[in-house]
Amino acid sequence: MTRKQKRMLIRIVTSGVLFGAAAVLPLSGWERLAAFLVPYAVIGWDVLWRAVRNIAHGQVFDENFLMALATVGALAIGEYPEAVFVMLFYQVGELFQSYAVDRSRKSIASLMDIRPDYANIETEDGLKQVDPEEVAVGDAIIIKAGERIPLDGVVLEGTSALDTAALTGESLPRQVQPGDDVISGCVNLTGLLKVQVTRAFEESTVSRILDLVENAGSRKARAEHFITRFARWYTPIVVLAAVALAVLPPLFTQVGWLDSIQRALNFLVVSCPCALVISVPLSFFGGIGGASRAGILVKGGNYLEVLAKTEIVVFDKTGTLTQGVFNVTAIHPDHCDEGQLLELAALAECASDHPISRSLLEAWGQIPDSSRVTQAEALSGRGVRAVIDGRVVCAGNDKLMEDIGVTWHPCHHVGTTVHVAADGVYLGHIVISDQVKLDAKQAITALKASGVRKTVMLTGDAKPVGEAVAAQLGLDEVHAQLLPADKVEQVEALLKQVSPKGALAFVGDGINDAPVLSRADVGVAMGALGSDAAIEAADIVLMDDKPSKLAQAIAIARRTLTIVRQNIVFALAVKLLVLVLSALGHANMWQAVFADVGVSVIAILNAMRAMSVPKNP
Amino acid sequence: MKKTFKLRDLDCANCAAKMENAICKLDGVNSATVSFMTQKLTLDADDARFDEILQQAARICKKVEPDCTIVLP
Repeated sequence: MTRKQKRMLIRIVTSGVLFGAAAVLPLSGWERLAAFLVPYAVIGWDVLWRAVRNIAHGQVFDENFLMALATVGALAIGEYPEAVFVMLFYQVGELFQSYAVDRSRKSIASLMDIRPDYANIETEDGLKQVDPEEVAVGDAIIIKAGERIPLDGVVLEGTSALDTAALTGESLPRQVQPGDDVISGCVNLTGLLKVQVTRAFEESTVSRILDLVENAGSRKARAEHFITRFARWYTPIVVLAAVALAVLPPLFTQVGWLDSIQRALNFLVVSCPCALVISVPLSFFGGIGGASRAGILVKGGNYLEVLAKTEIVVFDKTGTLTQGVFNVTAIHPDHCDEGQLLELAALAECASDHPISRSLLEAWGQIPDSSRVTQAEALSGRGVRAVIDGRVVCAGNDKLMEDIGVTWHPCHHVGTTVHVAADGVYLGHIVISDQVKLDAKQAITALKASGVRKTVMLTGDAKPVGEAVAAQLGLDEVHAQLLPADKVEQVEALLKQVSPKGALAFVGDGINDAPVLSRADVGVAMGALGSDAAIEAADIVLMDDKPSKLAQAIAIARRTLTIVRQNIVFALAVKLLVLVLSALGHANMWQAVFADVGVSVIAILNAMRAMSVPKNP
Repeated sequence: MKKTFKLRDLDCANCAAKMENAICKLDGVNSATVSFMTQKLTLDADDARFDEILQQAARICKKVEPDCTIVLP
């Protein structure tokens, strides 16, 4: 509790005791009024003061004015206990409200508690703690076990496990060794690391994420705009209605002046739109906070709104559904064993820096002895030819095999096939392909289960490769051999298929697909740790490499919107009911205060639910 | 130029909405948001007149909620 809140609590207790005393004492007339005025003044002076001051500032129709008018009115017609109690109840409600909002603010802030306090740099007299902002690119910093990594960098010395949970929501620690990139915000769990800084603090991952989450509030959802517009019209209309309610019935019906004024006052108390004005932004704020705890960064409430109605999800293939790393997936030797075939291919390719060559060498796993290889020669668009241990070895595609007149046979595996021939004899082939991510299939299934109508994959790869991946994952549509510009065209065509109430989400890894990310209704970038382009272009960022997080993001968005809708409907329904009851003279002031403050408190409690993250569906 | 300022003692959500509306209508303001949840004002306004506009925004905040002040860096 803040000091302000504690002071208010003391006032509430004091006023409550005095109120009890005034109610018990056998007083009448002026004395009774005086006895009730004491607790009234204790609890309500600031409301009255603000009401007067705000009128002087031209801000007439606010809560303070309504409460002041209602309670002074009650005092005027002799309902002393009601006046005090209503003011007391109002202040209790306000206190609770500010406490609840404070708490949710704090718990969201603690979700994002990844700001590092210091960095260790080596000096002549040992380690020195400095502000991370003072560390320059290229400096070496030391991170001890248990400390948070303050800046992005590359490991120079030491091995350790990193806890990335605060950034990605992933509980499994990540192993790092010299040469690996580390990102700020992770916690070093086990060993001592020496890291060379690659980014200044303002550009480091942790600063960018904090910036993004803190600014999320400035992009408001449609529902938030609706509420503020609503509040602007609602209050004056209610005040006019209250005046009419006070004046008209006594003139035209049997209802007395006193009665009608009382009804009008009740009407005024109910009218405050606070329940909506607080709880709707709070729900979105909570939803964004909860999502960030799961490693899903949402740039604003408006994107949660769009994401919740996703109908079509378009995926990029490489790096999004697949790992984007090429691996040897099959070795089919004809006249030798697997090891020999791989060794020959790796040796032939050892001089090349092509991704395929690297994956062959990696699969072979030995350091090539270059003295065995002579006359290595790259044949552009075909492969390589080299003399290994005196044999002429050719490794490459089908064109190369035809060039040298070797009969080859195709492989039933989909991927890039490297054929190997030695001295004109076909030895077999090796298939290299990009592997599907472990949770990709689960991601598609979860999206289908959550009501996504269509899943589409776009890829620049060859048709058979794309189709094989799509079939394996159960995607509805696949478009292959696309250039980056073609992807935009495809997305535009798909956008036309979206129903007016639906939305299209595009998921990419942020490389080459920035135009598509911004063209889609909602652009989702993934594996964004360290990729600037993705964080800039996307509306939602999945911090780790898991496509299955998208279904979770949609679930969070839907839940948030459900809570927002519940609050809007509940608050309006209760208010409308009490408004009608008080217009007809069936509601007393206590019910009216409940309809104002009580409803706000319930709506806030409901809104706080948005912070808890639903489990992966 | 776009800058973010902290707001002290912003206690009423409806007031935040009123401030936002009024600040957006100021001459020279491209966009402004007042977030009740984060207690922050994000102001995007003409570079040349930024300080002057900020002063006006501070006056608006005072007028709508007299206890509320913009924390200037």
